[in-house]
Amino acid sequence: MAEILVFSEKDEIAFELLSKGREMKEELGLGLAAALLGPEVEGRSSQYFSYGAEKVYLGESALLADFYVETYAPALQRVAEEGGAQILLLGSTKRGKELASRVAQRLGAGCITDAIDLRLEGDGLVADRYALGGNTVASEVIKTERKVIAVMPKTFEALPLKAGEGQTVRLDLELLEPRVRVVERRAKEGGAVNIEEAEVLVCIGRGLGAEEDLEMIWKLAAALGGEVGCTKSLASDYGWLSEERIVGLSGKKCNPRLYLGIGISGQIQHTVGILGSKIIVAINKDPQAPIFKIADYGIEGDLYEVVPRLAERLTTP
Amino acid sequence: MQIVVCLKQIPDLQQIRIKRDTREPVLEGVPLLFGDMDKNALEEAVRIVEREGGKVTALALGSPKLRDTIKEALAMGADEAVLLIDPAFADSDTSTTAKILAKAIEKIECDLILCGEGSTDNYSGQVPSRLAETLGLSQVTYVRKLEFTEGGLRATRDMEEALEVVEAPLPALVSVTSEINEPRLPSLIQILRASKKPLQEWTGEELSLSAHEVGKEASSLEVIRNLAPEQERKNIILEGKIDEVVEQLTDALTREGVIAR
Repeated sequence: MAEILVFSEKDEIAFELLSKGREMKEELGLGLAAALLGPEVEGRSSQYFSYGAEKVYLGESALLADFYVETYAPALQRVAEEGGAQILLLGSTKRGKELASRVAQRLGAGCITDAIDLRLEGDGLVADRYALGGNTVASEVIKTERKVIAVMPKTFEALPLKAGEGQTVRLDLELLEPRVRVVERRAKEGGAVNIEEAEVLVCIGRGLGAEEDLEMIWKLAAALGGEVGCTKSLASDYGWLSEERIVGLSGKKCNPRLYLGIGISGQIQHTVGILGSKIIVAINKDPQAPIFKIADYGIEGDLYEVVPRLAERLTTP
Repeated sequence: MQIVVCLKQIPDLQQIRIKRDTREPVLEGVPLLFGDMDKNALEEAVRIVEREGGKVTALALGSPKLRDTIKEALAMGADEAVLLIDPAFADSDTSTTAKILAKAIEKIECDLILCGEGSTDNYSGQVPSRLAETLGLSQVTYVRKLEFTEGGLRATRDMEEALEVVEAPLPALVSVTSEINEPRLPSLIQILRASKKPLQEWTGEELSLSAHEVGKEASSLEVIRNLAPEQERKNIILEGKIDEVVEQLTDALTREGVIAR
């Protein structure tokens, strides 16, 4: 039976995609399979079964120890051709995006990256993604028989089954030595922050006058039990916060319960990263700032007055 | 070093308006320019050639307005430009765009192809990977620092969790992030000189591509809708003295269940 094939270098994303795959496979009349690629992968297959994979392809090779798109693309292509995969679902991480595109080219398939939703409309599979720099959401269908879709992490919820079992298929991969070689890997400065996980996100923009004033932003975030994010210029141009904290088109896409945009005008390049927030609050002294148009609650005022009072009020019992 | 920089002509995103009733974007009359990261790629190419010698060829696919848009790339320091203009190329998707670019690059001698990691408008990031695959080249994506060694290149890749330093032989395709450099603003003299630089135009015929292999007909994607997202927000502006608005806000957030009080 033709199938939906799930792969991500991050297991948790593969589980999200398997959970979505379970929902769609009946209607599409397809099986649900996953690919595990790496030097030693067999131990991970039982978890994949528990998220609904009916079949897990094991592609083991020492050449897959480091993620090189040049070796992963032919490996995934081999799996796709083995099982007659009709739909390949990948995670739209940086590695996932380049893999999706390269494997799609090898398979002669159309590809959609950064999908933010996936659903069946009529007989077809439709994927949504931001277009025109976040001004619009495009709903796209792939016309080729094989379809490759890279889905943004956390688009779907990973829902384990009570019990799951399936079949493992071991594949012999004939891979070539990659021409690219990793010579060093180092953690980014600023430590490991993951603002995408935050339930409350306090974002600061160019309304902030000086780096030392970040302290009051941190205090407010602490009072709310949240994280601090920022617009691109604050990290890339001023270097006040690490690039891991950039929210928007060239940064993180966040879906917090509460987003506070402080001293942020609301350019689409930033706001595209927060549209999934449950509640949006804007604090800006310019009443014309576009951020007020997408806010649930707005305070037209000086952040230097509002932020300390708000933090104080939140910490006063 | 002979470098080809691929540039995508995109609408100026700041100038796109949304029709209020239909939520459709209005693209008529919006100026066309090159994407931000494409300019980073071009800047990097110009710096490499300034340092090590060679030639930068700006390669762009687009509408006839490209003849105007390309002047900025030439003013920024590209030595020559190749424009791929053909009505049949319109509405090409990432796979046909890669096909057209690959055919053009086969006609240009080069050691290195530079691209932005994604276009500023659609950001799919597919063209660099598809192009590298088509040309059978190694790809090194998300590069924020690029150096050259005896045997090839050494690049620092910006991954989510870490920086990854890789080495690769040339020729190769490299895609860059916006952190790699600050693109220069060309001077008036450079702008005036730009119009004297060599400029070639190729159509599908020069690239041995027939109309049904490119453009909308060969596209693997169909966009069924492209509308501004619906935003149903409350748009409540809190008014009063500062202590009052702060209290109103905390009350509202408590009611919404997004803060614990």
